[in-house]
Amino acid sequence: MLQDTLTSRMKPAIALEGISKSFPGVKALSDVSLSLYPGSVTALIGENGAGKSTLVKILTGIYQPDGGTIRVAEQEVHFPTALAAARAGVTAIHQETVLFDELSVAENIFLGHAPRNRFGLIDWKKLNTDARALLARAGADLDPTIRLRDLGIAKKHLVAIARALSVDAQVVIMDEPTAALSHKEIHELYALVERLKADGKAILFISHKFDEIFRIADRYTVFRDGTMVDEGLIADVSQDELVRLMVGRAVGSVYPKKEVVIGAPVLTVSGYRHPTEFEDINFELRRGEILGFYGLVGAGRSEFMQSLIGVTRPSAGAVRLDGEVLVIRSPSEAIRSGIVYVPEERGRQGAIIGLPIFQNVTLPSLSRTSRSGFLKLANEFALAREYTARLDLRAASLDQDVGTLSGGNQQKVVIAKWLATKPKVIILDEPTKGIDIGSKAAVHAFMSELAAQGLSVIMVSSEIPEIMGMSDRVIVMREGRIAGRFERADLTAEKLVRAAAGIQEAA
Amino acid sequence: MAKFLKNRELLLVGAIAVLLALITWRFPPFVAPANLARVYNDTSILIILALGQMAVILTRCIDLSMAANLALSGMVAAMLNAAFPGLPIPLIMLAAIALGALLGMINGALVWKLDIPPIVVTLGTLTIYRGLIFLLTDGKWINAHQMSDAFKALPRDALFGFPVLSWLSLVMIGLVFLLMNRTALGRAFYAVGGNPHAAVYTGIDVGRTRFSAYCLSGALAGLSGYLWVSRYAVAYVDIAAGFELDIIAACVIGGISIAGGIGTVAGAVLGALFLGVIKNALPVINISPFAQMAISGTVIIIAVAVNARAERRKGRVILRKAEAV
Amino acid sequence: MAETHLAPRHIPDRLEGRGARLLRSWESLLFVVACLIFLGNSLASPYFLDPWNLSDATFNFTEKAMIAFAMALVIISGEIDLSVASIIALASTAMGYAVQLGFDTPALVAIGLSVGLICGAVNGLLITGLGLPSIVVTIGTMSLFRGLSFIILGDQAFTGYPGSFSWFGQGYVWWVFSFEFTLFVILAIVYGIVLHKTNFGRAVYAIGNNQTAALFSGIRVARIKFILFLLTGLMAGLASICLTSRLGSTRPSIALGWELEVVTMVVLGGVNILGGSGTIPGVVLAALIMGMVTFGFGLLNVPGIVMSIFIGLLLISVIALPILWRRARRRLAH
Repeated sequence: MLQDTLTSRMKPAIALEGISKSFPGVKALSDVSLSLYPGSVTALIGENGAGKSTLVKILTGIYQPDGGTIRVAEQEVHFPTALAAARAGVTAIHQETVLFDELSVAENIFLGHAPRNRFGLIDWKKLNTDARALLARAGADLDPTIRLRDLGIAKKHLVAIARALSVDAQVVIMDEPTAALSHKEIHELYALVERLKADGKAILFISHKFDEIFRIADRYTVFRDGTMVDEGLIADVSQDELVRLMVGRAVGSVYPKKEVVIGAPVLTVSGYRHPTEFEDINFELRRGEILGFYGLVGAGRSEFMQSLIGVTRPSAGAVRLDGEVLVIRSPSEAIRSGIVYVPEERGRQGAIIGLPIFQNVTLPSLSRTSRSGFLKLANEFALAREYTARLDLRAASLDQDVGTLSGGNQQKVVIAKWLATKPKVIILDEPTKGIDIGSKAAVHAFMSELAAQGLSVIMVSSEIPEIMGMSDRVIVMREGRIAGRFERADLTAEKLVRAAAGIQEAA
Repeated sequence: MAKFLKNRELLLVGAIAVLLALITWRFPPFVAPANLARVYNDTSILIILALGQMAVILTRCIDLSMAANLALSGMVAAMLNAAFPGLPIPLIMLAAIALGALLGMINGALVWKLDIPPIVVTLGTLTIYRGLIFLLTDGKWINAHQMSDAFKALPRDALFGFPVLSWLSLVMIGLVFLLMNRTALGRAFYAVGGNPHAAVYTGIDVGRTRFSAYCLSGALAGLSGYLWVSRYAVAYVDIAAGFELDIIAACVIGGISIAGGIGTVAGAVLGALFLGVIKNALPVINISPFAQMAISGTVIIIAVAVNARAERRKGRVILRKAEAV
Repeated sequence: MAETHLAPRHIPDRLEGRGARLLRSWESLLFVVACLIFLGNSLASPYFLDPWNLSDATFNFTEKAMIAFAMALVIISGEIDLSVASIIALASTAMGYAVQLGFDTPALVAIGLSVGLICGAVNGLLITGLGLPSIVVTIGTMSLFRGLSFIILGDQAFTGYPGSFSWFGQGYVWWVFSFEFTLFVILAIVYGIVLHKTNFGRAVYAIGNNQTAALFSGIRVARIKFILFLLTGLMAGLASICLTSRLGSTRPSIALGWELEVVTMVVLGGVNILGGSGTIPGVVLAALIMGMVTFGFGLLNVPGIVMSIFIGLLLISVIALPILWRRARRRLAH
């Protein structure tokens, strides 16, 4: 209560009012308001696609809002460029740190505002000394002269934080900063957030992890579908309430999981390992089963799946499909043997946005639709029509470029593309990341139906409700190894989180 | 040793040393200080041009029009001199630099404002700039006798025992070194090429930075235009034809990554010197000068393969034990 | 989410006919330009419309166009091959060398084509095998291949090609239709079919649009790129046979600078230099335009270099104009 009266008397460091932003075909933010207070951590919560990253881009001057005002210290401001936002004291630390691999640590901290000597030239000596001091303040014991590419992701975060300190930012946005960090590093980050708080910075903390939100945040703001649905003090809210606000419905009821009789093992993976990415992967996948792979971002799940379909080579391990030993050296061999992978990064690995829908759908199945190497457009359209209809695609025509579709419909095209190969095993990597709720439901319903028809599904997901709602069994990965296996009957969110984070079960 | 191999510049110094040793074995006088100074002088123009190309390549662009720019600026300098023999040489030099910079700006503006791929822009301006020389001169040459003595003498005049040309290239190396390492613009070149997306977040205007790089390469091409024409005492449409590839070769050999963001002034200079040494050594060790082209081609391929190895990213390290190793 | 989830709605295959799309395409614009130039040329010079003159005019572009077809595929796949002109020089030198050894026409043709294939294989191996950027690799091999010609020939020239060899560059298949022009037409059809009607062509587009997604979709990216570099090598070998036969001699500077003209032809034909789009009919029209402009300027006694200014301006403006046009339209829409 004391806190509440404090913040209500305090003036916000930055206040957004009525911010809206649209992109062709999508309303990313509508009439959003948000205030951040000095010395206070505000957690921004929302599902993927709720508008969080658009908000961050508006706050940092990458996007310009279509409407609404931004006030810094009660003065209305505009951020036409990233530089303007930085000058106004707003800085962001991103999940995939956006820094310069080939430049030194010190230069990454000071790029754009390096100390000059009296001739106006960059003063490297002072730059390195200052960098060392800032790194110490951020709690990092790093040599400022080494190149950034030689650092791990956690250390890169610390460099980004030192950069935020160097510009004397008053508003620090942390976009899922712990997503790729180890347990110990996460605690170091919490300590740092406390220090920033003590320094009077206003912090916007974006996270999907409720334990850390309750641990370090003072206030919360929930986004859903581009609108702000609630805000308040963390002390006044429970985890269940936050989840309900975020999802807009009670978890569990919406997942169209069908009861399926699980059949014989289809895919058996044993002793799979890679020199640097994963090891000791053993599991069986059965007919009609949906096997969930849960873990934190960077736990090695996607790396393992991509190795399974031949994008990278494992150093050892055996794969059996229907009892036959398989050697998969390329995705084309994986597709031919009936294992397909729907990748996580839709824009980079999944969709070919410059090509029309029907050509995307038929790309891996061309050998079936064509005759002796020559295209048969009629067959292609027939195949594309069949699968886009099954996924309930919304599009003006099948000849439309995939790039003109919304994210959710692009994802439907991508899934249709791999299903059209008639696989035995389908691996879906974060199948509903960044798509709207309507498309999400369609994808889930379809996944259930596939399993019911006897397809075996592996679903990689970082969203606990999705994992719990859809999986028959769950494998949790942590730091490249299997850290837990759970049957549907004894799944709890807490068990998953503990296994993924490597926290021992409380006695 | 591993660390030594990682440092591209040291590797290149080593390669040049081995090259010199081989040449000395066949023809000892080559390494006489006076001869080495002559080789350096002969490579000066290539060095100046490589510095400009480096700035452009660092920003993930390329300038194929440098040699054509050189020829046009050089021709205009020669025409100015022929028409107004009294014009002071520094003024002519400035005019050549200004014209070069203007031609560079045209490249830069097309890349910046119209978003046309750099290779297409400079492929186009390469033919346009060279064509303009023809329009200006009707294909006629400007020969030594039409140029004033002062015009021709400047690069050759000795200053503290070395030709002005050598000194000029040293000054340019120094200036570009300062620009690259001690100014915000220089560092922006690296940032834009290394990670254009992050550069935007840092408040760097990617397009404007590329524009500046083209201005620099244009200005240096303009300066080289005057130096070339006065040194060889002749100007015609086809001077330095195909030289744009030597310039790019010097940069690639010098370890400047065509993908942008990686490269140093020392690398560009050493890359140019490597080519310069080969070019000057071939006649004296009785290898046909016609072999130069094939040798530089081979060296480019080796250099890009070596660079690619050095730049290859380590895979993501997820397993703890792998990180410890 | 007002959408209902009842029966899946029907999505039409196409919204507009292929004819409508064709009308708005880059190729139709090129076609109009080609017609205008044809008209302009025939008005400007009374000699232009003579069939034999027109036939002569085709020699300006047929050899370059052969390479441009293969180059179009390479550029659509997101790569580039700057070594083509040097492959011509090396293949021509090899044929000239073989003449000195007493080989006859069939052997010369085999040698010319093989040298082209070998050079293409070298490029392909360096680019797909070692994963090096094609622009730098082919700048390197551009020096290397022509450099080898210089080592063999120096400032000399090979002449004395057998009489029967001259047919490829100077012979006629029927009436005014030269061997080269016939070859050009056949190759245009073959490449058009390969790019637009086969799985291979579809894969080329997929790779150029998104190489990673193509790989994930089971396209054998490295193999296809390797084949594309083999093809440009082979086409350069073929062009070398025609050019050598037409000139009757080989100097190491043969076809100097052609790589830029070939790339210009491809880009003018509407192929995106960044990869992913472009058509063979576009390249054919671009070849005709460049050939007619050269020939027309020649009839008007305009020097070749002025012509090159024109080509340079054309190259930049064909890319700049659509960009400016889109921007102007967007501004009007607001």
